[in-house]
Amino acid sequence: MHIVECVDINKTYHQGKVEVLALKGVSLAFEKGSFVALAGPSGSGKTTLLNIIGGLDLADSGRVVVDGNAFDKMNRSQRADLRLNKVGFVFQSYNLIPVLSALENVEFVMLLQGLPPAERRKRAKDILDEVGLEDMYDRRPAELSGGQQQRVAVARAIVSNPSIVLADEPTANLDSSTGKGLLEIMKQMNEKKNVTFIFSTHDNMVMDYADRVIYLRDGMVADDRVKR
Amino acid sequence: MAWRNIWRNPRRTILTISAVAFASILLVFMLSFQFGSYDAMINSSVKIQTGHLQIQAKGYQDKQSIQRVVPHPDEVGEIVNSLPEVDAYTFRAKAFSLVSSKERTYGVVVTGIDPAGEAEVSTLKNSIRRGRYLSQDDQNRESPQALVGKLLARNLRVGLGDELTVLGQGRDGSIAATVVKIKGIYSSGLDAFDRNAIHIPLKLFQDIYSMQGAVHQVVVVAKSLKDVSEIKKTVSAGIKNIDTKHFLTVLDWEALMPGLRQAIEMDLVSGVIYYLILIMVVAFSILNTFLMAIFERTQEFGVLMAIGTSPGRLTRLLLIESLSMTMIGIITGVVIGCLVTGYFQIHGIDISGASELLGQYGISGRLHPKLSLLSATSGPAVVLMITFLAALYPALKVRGLKPVEALTYV
Ligand SMILES: Nc1ncnc2c1ncn2[C@@H]1O[C@H](COP(=O)(O)OP(=O)(O)O)[C@@H](O)[C@H]1O
Ligand SMILES: [Mg+2]
Repeated sequence: MHIVECVDINKTYHQGKVEVLALKGVSLAFEKGSFVALAGPSGSGKTTLLNIIGGLDLADSGRVVVDGNAFDKMNRSQRADLRLNKVGFVFQSYNLIPVLSALENVEFVMLLQGLPPAERRKRAKDILDEVGLEDMYDRRPAELSGGQQQRVAVARAIVSNPSIVLADEPTANLDSSTGKGLLEIMKQMNEKKNVTFIFSTHDNMVMDYADRVIYLRDGMVADDRVKR
Repeated sequence: MAWRNIWRNPRRTILTISAVAFASILLVFMLSFQFGSYDAMINSSVKIQTGHLQIQAKGYQDKQSIQRVVPHPDEVGEIVNSLPEVDAYTFRAKAFSLVSSKERTYGVVVTGIDPAGEAEVSTLKNSIRRGRYLSQDDQNRESPQALVGKLLARNLRVGLGDELTVLGQGRDGSIAATVVKIKGIYSSGLDAFDRNAIHIPLKLFQDIYSMQGAVHQVVVVAKSLKDVSEIKKTVSAGIKNIDTKHFLTVLDWEALMPGLRQAIEMDLVSGVIYYLILIMVVAFSILNTFLMAIFERTQEFGVLMAIGTSPGRLTRLLLIESLSMTMIGIITGVVIGCLVTGYFQIHGIDISGASELLGQYGISGRLHPKLSLLSATSGPAVVLMITFLAALYPALKVRGLKPVEALTYV
């Protein structure tokens, strides 16, 4: 069984009178534990697709099934719940809660899940150690570098053992060596925890890490290459 | 987390908290001040005129007819006297009569008082400005003495020792006439009273007006304003057994002085309107704070929603933030308000000439606000409620945010 399945997804944005066809009949399936890059030029629909897979946005037609759950029949709260338990997000511009420390940012997801404090703390510390931030528990986002913030974001996305982690251009704001470091950590997590990663990029270096690269062009799948 | 969010923009937060605190202080103080002034108004009116309670014949309050009497005042006196909540009581008899000096004639209320009893019940004795108060000896008929209000004395153009002719109608319809000498001139501060009344000894009154031992009012002063309803109940039950032609009834100060009650209500209503405006201003400042916070934090809300925060939880977070802010303000405000009010409750506030309303009711000089549970909490409670409603709007508005739009919001 596939961890994520998209069947014939269409999405149109209406901007005033202009209609933008962002996705046109996209059908994709993702294996559990895969490390997939969504490639394509700016405006090709990568962000839109990721948002729809993660249940942040709804497709106009088509079906998305994440770990056996279809988003399209759910209300807002149910979708929030599914995101909380099955989906981790990492965004291009760092997206931590500014008033919380690194540790608290990671704990926050588990707080929403209702885990007991001691367990929250332990798991948050463990995961921060794994992404190499063992000395940064108490720093606020503003006191961390971009690469460190993204690593906290990865830690937060993965700490609750989701089915998939979606990362929209996670390295776009980082210099290439920091970006590489982040990808290596993502890859490590992917292998160690067998969590599916789907990330978008237009950087060839980043695609090299992926074991499958899907090319989007004008809202359609132009190419789909499995490397390993 | 809510706590830290509050302090993100300390200047704005402190401004908001101060606004809430300031409103609370003002409300606690103003309400206490109003309650204090009402107490003073009631007490002073009660002391000058009516007493807290009166026992009268039914219908006397409305018609003031000389025939509607309490025929055996001593029986009523006994009942009243047996109550521990009663501070003092006295008898009065009243008749509308013509009073003439050499130059002028006025229609006034002639009141028969028991000099000793009256001194305990009312401030009449203390408001004598010239001459002296009546003594028990003045009860005899040979040298009838009277007390006159300052304004009436001026109108009649009379002074101490001058003679006044009193002409009226007795209880039995006979002509009541006498000549009295002015022994004292009083100024109660209550113009209507000082312009309109003369006081003579009760015995003299009863002789002149053929009262046959009857009086019109048994005037009761309670130890405290809050005892009034209790006394009223007990006395009402007690006088049922007294056999009279006109039934007796117990009237409290509200019934005796409907104008005073209305004045208090009017003042309270205008106060409440003013307070509501004040609270609305505060509520708008809270609303503004939260709307601004939401604009600034839209992207963050997007992130919170993306990682799985439900709309309900987001609303709750914002409400907790607003509630903690208002609570800080309200608690600070109530504490400071109580301290300030408490200070003035002890030391009083100089209001000489400041308030017309109070002047009308014979209050001048220092006024003591009266802090009570009601005055300390009701205003701030309304502030809490209205600011909560004000915060509810933006907190619910957040629910309408779409995660994607919020995330890309700049
Ligand atoms: N909120 C929106 N309103 C209107 N058009 C949009 C919106 N978001 C994206 N688009 C359009 O949809 C297309 C796909 O955008 P997007 O998914 O962001 O592509 P990518 O992430 O690959 O750059 C683009 O043409 C873009 O202009
Ligand atoms: Mg994009």
